[in-house]
Amino acid sequence: MQKYLKVEKRNMNNQYGMFAIRIGGIFVALVLGAIFLIFSGHAPIDVYVTMIDGAFGSAYGVNETIVKTIPLLIAALGVSIAFRMKLWNIGAEGQIYAGGIMASGVALSFGDLPSLLLIPMMMIAAFLGGALWACVPGIARSFWGTNETITTLMMNYVGILWVDYLVFGPWKDPKGYNFPITAEFSPSAFLPTFGGTRVHIGIVIAILCSFVIYILLNKTVWGYEIRVAGENSDVAKYAGMNVTKNIILTLMVSGGIAGIAGMTEVSGVIHRLQSNFSPGYGYSAIIIAWLARLNPIAAIFVSFLFGGLIVGGYAVQTSGLPASVALMLQGLILFCVLGAEFFTGYRVSIDKRFFSKGEAKING
Amino acid sequence: MKEKRLVSMKGIGKKFGDKWVNEQVEFELRAGEIHALLGENGAGKSTLMNILAGVYKQDAGQLLLHGKEAILTSPKDAIQNGVGMIHQHFKLVENLTASENIILGYKKTFFLNRKNISEEILKFSQKYGLSINPNDYVYHMSVGEKQRIEILKALYRGADILILDEPTAVLTPQETKELFDILRKMADRGCGIVIITHKMKEVMEIADRITVLRKGRKEGTVLKREVDEQRLTEMMIGKYASERKMKDRQVTNEVGLEIENVTIKNDKGFVAVENMSFDVKKGEIVGIAGISGNGQKELAEAIAGLREIEKGNIKIDHEGIKEKNPRQIIDMGLSYVPEDRMGMGLVGNMDITDNLILKDYRKKKARKGIFIQKKKVRENAKDVIDQFEIKIENIDAPIRTLSGGNLQKILLGREILEDPKVLIAAYPVRGLDIATTEAVYDLLLEQRNRGCAVLFISEDLDYIMQLSDRIVAIEGGKVAGIVKPDETTVEEIGMMMLDGQVG
Repeated sequence: MQKYLKVEKRNMNNQYGMFAIRIGGIFVALVLGAIFLIFSGHAPIDVYVTMIDGAFGSAYGVNETIVKTIPLLIAALGVSIAFRMKLWNIGAEGQIYAGGIMASGVALSFGDLPSLLLIPMMMIAAFLGGALWACVPGIARSFWGTNETITTLMMNYVGILWVDYLVFGPWKDPKGYNFPITAEFSPSAFLPTFGGTRVHIGIVIAILCSFVIYILLNKTVWGYEIRVAGENSDVAKYAGMNVTKNIILTLMVSGGIAGIAGMTEVSGVIHRLQSNFSPGYGYSAIIIAWLARLNPIAAIFVSFLFGGLIVGGYAVQTSGLPASVALMLQGLILFCVLGAEFFTGYRVSIDKRFFSKGEAKING
Repeated sequence: MKEKRLVSMKGIGKKFGDKWVNEQVEFELRAGEIHALLGENGAGKSTLMNILAGVYKQDAGQLLLHGKEAILTSPKDAIQNGVGMIHQHFKLVENLTASENIILGYKKTFFLNRKNISEEILKFSQKYGLSINPNDYVYHMSVGEKQRIEILKALYRGADILILDEPTAVLTPQETKELFDILRKMADRGCGIVIITHKMKEVMEIADRITVLRKGRKEGTVLKREVDEQRLTEMMIGKYASERKMKDRQVTNEVGLEIENVTIKNDKGFVAVENMSFDVKKGEIVGIAGISGNGQKELAEAIAGLREIEKGNIKIDHEGIKEKNPRQIIDMGLSYVPEDRMGMGLVGNMDITDNLILKDYRKKKARKGIFIQKKKVRENAKDVIDQFEIKIENIDAPIRTLSGGNLQKILLGREILEDPKVLIAAYPVRGLDIATTEAVYDLLLEQRNRGCAVLFISEDLDYIMQLSDRIVAIEGGKVAGIVKPDETTVEEIGMMMLDGQVG
């Protein structure tokens, strides 16, 4: 086999080509997903149509998709910042929970304050919560070289369990019939919604964040330092940058932004803190950040697609498929798109010389 | 001797993208000869030999091995056809022994009889005069030994066509001599040997025939006894290499850089530089002569503040740097051209503008508040491109695809743009072609004449002799001797580098 294929290195700088390769990856993922669906006794085309229809086919679907887009996008922006510096913050999930806790704490304690004061306070608290969560791995990484992939991941469980402790214990709603939830926030802690929909102002915050972060990363001195350190920390040190400080700072900003995703969820959607309030947004955010090539603007569109994937997953439940079909597809898409990246670095072609030789033999 | 043809390459062409890097190249190797492949960087030497070694496939032309047409699809294919290539960067497993490395991927038996294999390899190595200890671990070995393992690895697999890519780049003069003895012995036994190089001296010393490539095309094949160095240089670069405007030196007595009883540890925590003292005056080039790995890297990094000074102190313009961080040292007027261009000095995935502001990005000329003034610095970058004649197609493209020479111009350009007080240049011409080498040396001389204290680290003794005002020979992290170039010889310095004392 190897003999008939020619694999050569190449340097691809063609934007359209790169885009096409990624679309190709998504297509392959859908085909693989289809094979799985066929084996589990479903008609793949029907399932996909149902998903697309559920997510984008109606005003309700689109609204729900946007609601899911908000936490995905904000968390993806958060992790993108750390990824730019090659800091593998896979702890967005925990940072979302930490942000949710802090925002809820503020909402529950200062419910009497007006919205204009309370909501910014909740946001700042959520940022600090997420930042604190990421700061622990950041310090460990800076001073003792601890692998942040593992520490940020472990911090996820700590965050999730803290929420459980609070909603089962001290913060449990006394009128909540023993459900693991806090009391509902006062309405001034709710993020305003658009019309009668569930779409809340968080989408504006998220898109605003995308542009701010884009500018921060690409136009500022700090963004420059992050990019240099992300490419090569030896170069950064050589250029006189304080890499230790930047590792902690970057992880904190990264975690802080992911924390805001926790705030928009508790404040904009569920209006209280509850057990498992994020169904893995922090993990999907990692996939989104990668598919968007760590570009904050591209992340807006990828998040919207992934929001649709989740909503579409709910839609197929009616046909007897679990909603986790959406998760499976997420995984397949990441796998195939990352796999397809191989083709941006290498050209694979059929070795014509080999075949022409073979023909010569036949003719001779 | 009967002239058996081991290799004939006919009309070889190779394209990378749309660019032909080899075009219509003819190459022939006979049994028993040492054939030098000479050319500037980017002349297509390595590409041609990589085709022969099965790493690349030619896009045009025909390859004959031992008189039969061969289609190589992999290096493994090549070795089965008797072609072994020893790359510049050795491909050995550090944590295995010599004999384990030699049989790696070759012996297919499930169990290994280590004793038998070691004996077999020992016998084999003695046959060719390659002294090794089969049971030594590779990480214990010197560069010369590692190279011998690579050669043995090829021979053990039955190679009679041996390609060596810049084999002497990492060797001491003595090791080079040993290598040449071995190669001669192998040629006498009927092997054909190709040496890729751009060192004229070695070509004249070892080669029987010489093929010169220029811009991907063959310039000619000549017998060594019929040419001289000048003729070869002309073939390589097409014009006379300019004689350098050398010695208008203005050494002052004012000290620019002072190394005072300095001790530095390496990454593994061992002492790499021990109690070293010397100084560099303003307007002086001091050359550090030593075999790579004798403390040069650690010394340079310590001066730049990237490595802790255990004992003693380093002073720039009479000011100690021990308690200072790299940024403060940069601001004191230090510029540093590190050995590892892409690993430390430049960011391959960024464009030239971003690379040029690496040291200045936080200064007024590059920033406005929290923002980088990309437009302004991009204009400055254009000036730098003109001034240093950097060949670049797209100013906004990542620099990783540029040639080594252009990269070094960007790096050196950035480092001297700010008129540094002290300039460290570590192996500044490694891997560069003659024309760029000359340009880089001219820039260093310019800096010296301007009054900069230049510390020049190199392994090329000829150039150290030519360029330096004083030479510090080091061995084992200690100063072995400080001499003036007109009062010493290359041999004497070579002895100091090896023995750590004046010979």
